[in-house]
Amino acid sequence: MKSGSNLERVILSGVPAVTAELGPPMSADGSEIIHKAHLLKGYCDAANITDCQTAVVRISSIAGAVLALREGLEPVMQMTCRDRNRIAMQADLLGAHALGIRNCLCIAGDHQKFSAAGRLKGHPGAKNVYDVDTIQLVGILKKMRDEGLQQGGDKLDVPPKFFIGASWTPGGEPLDFRPINLKKKVDAGADFIQTQGIFDVEVFKSQMQKARDLGLHERTAILGGIIVPRTAMMLKYMDSSVAGVSVPKSLIERMARARDAAGDDKKKAKALQEEEGIRIAVELIHQVLEIPGVKGVHIQAIEWESAIEKIVKAAGLYPRPVFD
Amino acid sequence: MIVGKQKPIEEIWHMVRDFKRVLVFGCNTCVAVCHAGGGKEAETIASLLKIRASQEGLDMEIDHSSVMRHCEPEYLTPVIDGLRRYDLVLSTACGVGVNFLSERIGNIPVYPGINTSFYGAVPEAGLFVELCAGCGNCILHLTGGICPIARCSKTLMNGPCGGTNRGKCEVSDDIDCAWYLIVERMKQLGTLDRLTEIQPPRDWSTARDGGPRRVSVEHIRAYEEAQTAKEGGKA
Repeated sequence: MKSGSNLERVILSGVPAVTAELGPPMSADGSEIIHKAHLLKGYCDAANITDCQTAVVRISSIAGAVLALREGLEPVMQMTCRDRNRIAMQADLLGAHALGIRNCLCIAGDHQKFSAAGRLKGHPGAKNVYDVDTIQLVGILKKMRDEGLQQGGDKLDVPPKFFIGASWTPGGEPLDFRPINLKKKVDAGADFIQTQGIFDVEVFKSQMQKARDLGLHERTAILGGIIVPRTAMMLKYMDSSVAGVSVPKSLIERMARARDAAGDDKKKAKALQEEEGIRIAVELIHQVLEIPGVKGVHIQAIEWESAIEKIVKAAGLYPRPVFD
Repeated sequence: MIVGKQKPIEEIWHMVRDFKRVLVFGCNTCVAVCHAGGGKEAETIASLLKIRASQEGLDMEIDHSSVMRHCEPEYLTPVIDGLRRYDLVLSTACGVGVNFLSERIGNIPVYPGINTSFYGAVPEAGLFVELCAGCGNCILHLTGGICPIARCSKTLMNGPCGGTNRGKCEVSDDIDCAWYLIVERMKQLGTLDRLTEIQPPRDWSTARDGGPRRVSVEHIRAYEEAQTAKEGGKA
C-alpha cells in the first residue's frame, strides 16, 4: 500500500468508496468541525477538508484535518495552489503527515478574487501564488513519497506517505481536452480522482468512455462527484453559473415541482425540496456507480452535512467497510 | 509596448501641491501610444494642475515638456540640466522612465504621473491587452503562441482549471480562458497531442521572483569599451 489510509484500503478492497466534504468555518472555534465530523463519521470512508474554499479565510485544511482525525473521521486534506509556494506546500505536507494525515487532494483553488462569488469581502487584493499548478503538485507529492526527495532534489529522512488525489471537471470546457487533463493528472501520480458534481450523466458517461479508452480507470480510482441539490434555485444557479456543471432541465423542473407543491408554506417548500434533493442525489449515485470504471462517489452536501447519513443509507452504501 | 494609465488627477494633485515649481515631463514612445503619458498628456495634466492651483490660491509654477524616451541617455542627457530648475518632476513615463530619471537627476524628486500597467498589444483602437509577462523563459512554442503565464489568471502550465466557463475565465467574463484558447489553437495547428506532455514545476528565477534582472550584451559592451579607449578615455 502507498499510504495505508482507510480510503486507499476501501478502494483496494473493490467496494465502491464514499467520500464526503467538510467545510471549515470562518471562526477560531473548532467545535463546528467536531460537530460536522460526528455527522459524517461512519457514513463515508474519508471526508475532504476544504482549503479556504471560495477563497475566503477559514480554519486551515491541515488544522481541520487534525480536528476531524481526532474524532475518528479520516480526512482528505485539500491543498490549493493558490496560497502557498512549493516551500510552504512541502513543509505543510511534512507537517500534515507527522500529524497523522494520509490523504491529500491537490487542487488549483478558487482564484483569490472569487470571495464566495462576491457574497463576502474575501481578499481580492491578495497576491497570487500559483508557484506550481495542480499537476505539478501531484508530481511533487509522488516524488516525496516514492523517491524520498523534495521537489528541489534534497533528501527527506522520512518521506510522507500520502494517498494522492486530484480533481477532474469532466464536463468542463474544452470538453475534448478534459480526458487529456485527467491523463496528465494520472501520469503525474494521482491515486484517486474526485470529479466535479455530475448532474448530466450522459456527458459524464461519454467522458468516462474516453478515460477508459486511455486506460485511466485502471491506473486511478475515479470517484464521481455528487452535489446534493437543496433547492430549485440552487440547481438553476449551478446550471447557469458554476463552471463545468450543466443541470438537465428535467431535474430543475422536478425540484421546482417539489417547491410548488407546498404552495405558500415556505417551511414545507424547504422540506419538500430537501426530500426531492436527497432522492435526486441517490438516483445520481446509482447512475454514476453503474458506469464502468467508476470506483466510488464523492458526495458534497454543502453546509448540509446532516444529509449524508440519509443519502448513504438510501443508496445502499451503508455500512461502510471497516479494516483492522 | 509598455501600456500605462494616467493616475487620477486628484491623486496627482496630492503628490504635487506642496511644491513650488513643478515640471510635468512626458515620454513620447510607448505611453504616448496609449494616450497616458506623451507630451500632449503632460500638457493636459499641467493645465489641470494650474487650474487646481489657482482654485486653491496656491502660487505655483507648473510647466510641461517631453522627450522621445526617458529610458535612454541619448534622449535624456541633453535635457536633464533643464529639469534641475524645478522642485519636482512629475514624470508621465512608465516606471522604467521614472526610476531611470530619478537615478540621474540629483537632488530633485521624480514622482509618477501614470500607473504602468503591462506590456501589451493594440488589437483595436483604444484597447490594450496584456499578452506577455516578461517571465524570462519563453514557452510560447509549447502553447500555440498563447502565453499561459500572462493570460491565465492562475499561471497554470498544464491545462485549464475547473473554472473555464463558456470559454471565459472564472475571474471575469471579460477575460478569455487562456487554456481554452491554447487548446483551440493547438487543435487548429494539429498539435494538440503536445499538450499531453507534463510541464514540470517552473524555474521562476528568470522572472521577477529571482530578484531584479539585467541583460548584459557582451559584444555591445566590448565595442563601447574599445571606442572609449580609442577616444582616450573621453566620453
